[in-house]
Order: sequence, then structure tokens, then C-alpha cells
Amino acid sequence: MPSCEVRYMGRIEYDRARAFEQALVEQRKQGSIPDQLLLLEHPPVVTMGRNGRRENLLADEQMLARAGVDFHHADRGGDVTFHGHGQLVGYPILDLREWKRDVVAYVRALEEVLIGTLGAFGIAAGRLHGSTGVWVGDAKIAAIGVHLSRWVTSHGFALNVHTDLQYFRYIVPCGLPRPVTSMQALGSRARLEEVAGVLVEHFREVFGRRMAWRENND
Amino acid sequence: MIDVVMPQMGESIVEGTLTKWLKQPGARVNRDEPLFEISTDKVDSEIPAPAAGVLAEVLVEEGKTVAINTVVCRIREGADGQAVAAAPSRPASAPAAPPQPAAPTPAPVREVADEEPAESAGPLSPLVRRLAREHNIDLRQVQGTGAGGRITRQDVEAHVASRGAPVMAPAPIPAMPAHVAAMPVEAPGPPPPPRAEQPKTRLEPMSVMRTRIAEHMILSRRTSAHVTTVHKVDLTAIARLRERLKGEFQARYGYSLTYLPFVCRAAGEALRAFPILNASVEGANILYHNEINLGIAVALDNGLIVPVIRNADERNVVGLQRAIADLASRARSRHLKPDEVTGGTFSITNFGSFGSVFATPIINQPQVAILGVGSVEKTPVVVDDAIAIRSICYLALTFDHRLIDGALADRFCGKVKSVLENWSEQVL
Repeated sequence: MPSCEVRYMGRIEYDRARAFEQALVEQRKQGSIPDQLLLLEHPPVVTMGRNGRRENLLADEQMLARAGVDFHHADRGGDVTFHGHGQLVGYPILDLREWKRDVVAYVRALEEVLIGTLGAFGIAAGRLHGSTGVWVGDAKIAAIGVHLSRWVTSHGFALNVHTDLQYFRYIVPCGLPRPVTSMQALGSRARLEEVAGVLVEHFREVFGRRMAWRENND
Repeated sequence: MIDVVMPQMGESIVEGTLTKWLKQPGARVNRDEPLFEISTDKVDSEIPAPAAGVLAEVLVEEGKTVAINTVVCRIREGADGQAVAAAPSRPASAPAAPPQPAAPTPAPVREVADEEPAESAGPLSPLVRRLAREHNIDLRQVQGTGAGGRITRQDVEAHVASRGAPVMAPAPIPAMPAHVAAMPVEAPGPPPPPRAEQPKTRLEPMSVMRTRIAEHMILSRRTSAHVTTVHKVDLTAIARLRERLKGEFQARYGYSLTYLPFVCRAAGEALRAFPILNASVEGANILYHNEINLGIAVALDNGLIVPVIRNADERNVVGLQRAIADLASRARSRHLKPDEVTGGTFSITNFGSFGSVFATPIINQPQVAILGVGSVEKTPVVVDDAIAIRSICYLALTFDHRLIDGALADRFCGKVKSVLENWSEQVL
């Protein structure tokens, strides 16, 4: 079974996390490291994907700055999204040639990991046909946006554990006029680390990887 | 020349959107250097160049979605016509070749050699290869009807049926280079490669704004019992006032004076007189709004937005005109703040500015009425048994019959009409 290194990085700025991720992506492309899964939390930041439309950002950068929210463009699929405290962000760096050469299958697999994880906390989540991400009823609980270069993945998913949902009023998440929710809003008192632990188990099962926890030494 | 095609990024994927060219036509590219980016579902992918050379031709523009295996660009290899090792991503057509995953890296290429006969377009499935071998068929003579001209099992079977008993493959006929595809029809020789026919339709996803408008309109139709009543209003007095003041107004405030702020002012007064038109339905209750917040519909290039003038009844014509000009210009430059498009209690739509005489607007939920302003036209009318030329405008009020009865709606319109026809404010 191929292995995948897991790094729990705690709270880390968007910029720094991306730079670290990018370095790992390069090493992964060269084959010098195995697959990676970074788990972390960002300080409040709004990011706009490649296909992002400005109209889905409901505040200008000055308003965001006043609210203590950073703003970045991101080279991933998907529209605009928000990251902040209480949200479990996952950046899997996988060489899909060693799994399946199929981006749709990859996105569906990420959804499966998230749905399984939420199920372990008693939350019945699912897919919404035609809308990538994970949903509880018609509210989005986890967003997905992926970048691929030579079949090596970057970016990933963001699961609202106890995110302050007020921040989402600045954006139309993923460009969809639908509500957002969090595990906390649904009555769960789970902490981020707890959720990360369970998620890694589901990741192992869905992707068939031996998960090796690593101390983060960036 | 090497044709670079839209790669298939997964089994179920039939098309991809080219989001960005990373190289411009005429640029030198190295093998494996990122050439363009595509997007499928929520995934962005960089596609590297399959060979070194010059990006000779870009066939698909940014933002376009095309079927997999559609040629997106052509790379001219090397400099002196000598082919640079292009390393086609599929193995030579050895019949025993194992099934090849559909989406290799670098981007799959469809090589079109200039002299050597080329293999048929697109990757071949193992089944097609086997059939071809069994029936001793030269696949170059089979016209593919699958995606991107790919040869399917049916194509091979049809070819076998048309040929009768298996025979030895005839001498190879040179395949046509791609650049002579536009050969005149009477030309003899092998059948031309399948040509992309001009499609009869075009499928394009709705923008987010379009989706939201669509949902909102249907929601409104389902929610309210729409009725429209139309009143004819004589705006001659206001037309004269406007004629007298518009030069000075433009000079002093920097924007022109239109009929709309007068209508807003009259609507504000009428809403004060008939507060049920400034209400919403909440379950089995009527929610009366004490503030009069007028939504003003603004047409955008590809949509519509309704920014709100708060406490509109507290503004004079100058204040209303200023708010309308400001909101409309920021709506068009997409600089409205979130709270400027919410909280409206009544809406006004000015379709007259596009030449419409009258229309039947849809209520902006959760409001219960909307006033449509038709174009103001000089019209011969009968005044005191004489024909006079007056500036006439039709005002169309769509109201929610759940809450508002026809008689009340007409009294509301009568009030608006009376304010406009007896305009008494000498100061704007």
C-alpha cells in the first residue's frame, strides 16, 4: 500500500501555507517524496479561484481589511471562498497517476472522505447533484477546489467545523446563492484536531494509502 | 505540425473549458512547459506542451468549452522542418499494445505527418484494434464517427460490411494532412476526414447572476397573485419644469434631470397614503414597513439589479436624482455594497427609457407592488373638448392581489397621477 504523509500544521497564514505546499508539490512531481496530506486552519481570508467572478465578492478589499479579512487570488478551480478559524482545511498533494487518472473521481473521492467524516460525528451530509462540495440539506458545509499540474494535486477542501459563519456574508460562496453551515451550527461540539483525526482514517480508506503522521518541520 | 488536443482528464469527462493560454501564438515552447490551463468541474489543470517548437496556431479561445480530443492548438516543431522527437504519448500502433489510459501527460497529441501516412485520428480502443486485426483492416481507411473523429466499433463493423469478404489491405493511400482538410469536394481520393459541422445550437451555462434572477422571477410568480393596472398620466407640467431647469441642473450637479425622481417622489407620497402597498406578507400576517425604501431596477449588460434608496420619501427631487444616478453608475461598475441591494419595500422600474410604452413587471419579493414607468411621449389628447398636445406617460402598477384589491391599487395610482399632474413644488 502506497504511503501518504500527514502533517497537522495548526493555524497558519494563507501565504505561508501555500508556499510550503508549493514546495512539496515540486518535490512530489520529482518523485522525491510520497503523497502528502496537509491539515491546517487559516486566519480569516477570502480567496478567489481562477474561474471566480468579482460579482460573487460582496465586499471590496477595504471592507474586508476593516473586518480583519485577508484577500488572495488562488490558482485553483472554483469560485470565491472563505477560510477562517474553526475551519479544517486540507491540502492533499497526490500524484493521481498512482491512484486514478481522473479528476472527477478525485473530487468525488474527496467528497466521500468528508461525508464519511461527518457521518462519524452524526451528521448526515451528502452531495448535491451538479454542485461540487458537501452539503447538509441545501446548506454547504465543505467546499472543494483543486489545482492539477502533471497529475499532482494541490489545494483541496475546507470543512466548516466551528467556523464563524458571519464571515460568509462577504461572499457568494462558490458563486452559489445557497446557505452555508458548520458542524457546530448543526449541534456538534467537535474540535478541529478531533475532526482531523477522524478525517485521516476516512482518507486512508477512500484513497487506499497508509497514513504516516509526520511532525511538521517546514 | 503537431495537433494538441483537449485532454480527457477522467473517464466520465466529455469536455473541458480552456481557461487560460499560458503561451501566445508565435511563442517558443519547450517540451513539458505549461502551455494552457483547463478547467473541469472544480479542478484546474495545467497542460504541458507535448513537444518543443513554436506555437503556430491557437484554435480555441479562452473561456470556450470543447469536447475532448478537439484540437486546441498546433505546434510547429523544430526550425528546419526536421521533426523534433515529439514523443507521442501513445505507443506505436503495435496491435498488442495494452489499453492506454485516456489522459496521458503530456497532453495527448494527434500527430499529422506531412509525408508519412498517419494513423487514424484519436486513440484506438483495444476492441477496435482487435477487430481491425481480425478483419485485416487498414484503419486509415475507416472514417471515425466517435468523439473527435475517433474510430468506434460500429465504424469498423460498417467498414467490414461495406467491403464484403475480408481481403488483404490495399496499398496504403496517403492520409491527408490536416491543412488540406478544406479540399474541394470534387477532388478524387480518400474520403475527407470528418469535418466539424456548424452546430445548430450552442449550449452555454447561465452566469450566477442569471441563475439568481431566474430563481427570483419564478419564485415571485409562484408567490404572488400578479395583477397589473395601467394609468395614463399627463406629465406636461413636469416636462415644462424639466425643460426650464435641465441645463442649469446638469451644470450644477453634473448629471441630467430625468422624469424618474418625480415619479419616485410621487410614489413616496402615495405609499404614505396607502401603506399596504409598502408591506409584505409574513405567514398569515401583514408586515407594514414604516420606512419607504425604493428599489430602482437597473439594467446591466447581462442582467438586472435593484439597488435601494432608503427613506426615499424624505428626499426631494434633487436628492432622489442624485441617489438614482449614483446607484445606477455603481451598479454598472459593480461597486454596490451588499446592504444597498437589500431592504427595499417597493420597487420602480423605468422601462420607458428603453422605449416601452407600458409593460407588466414582476414583483420584487417580498414586496407586494412594483410601479413601471413607460416612455413619455407628446400625444394629441382631448382637453376641454379641444385637441391639445400633451406629454403623456403610462404608469403600470403590478400588485399582489393577495393583499391589495383592484380598487385600492387604482386609488394608489390615482394619487401618484394627481401628484404628478398637479406638481406644485417650485423648488426641486
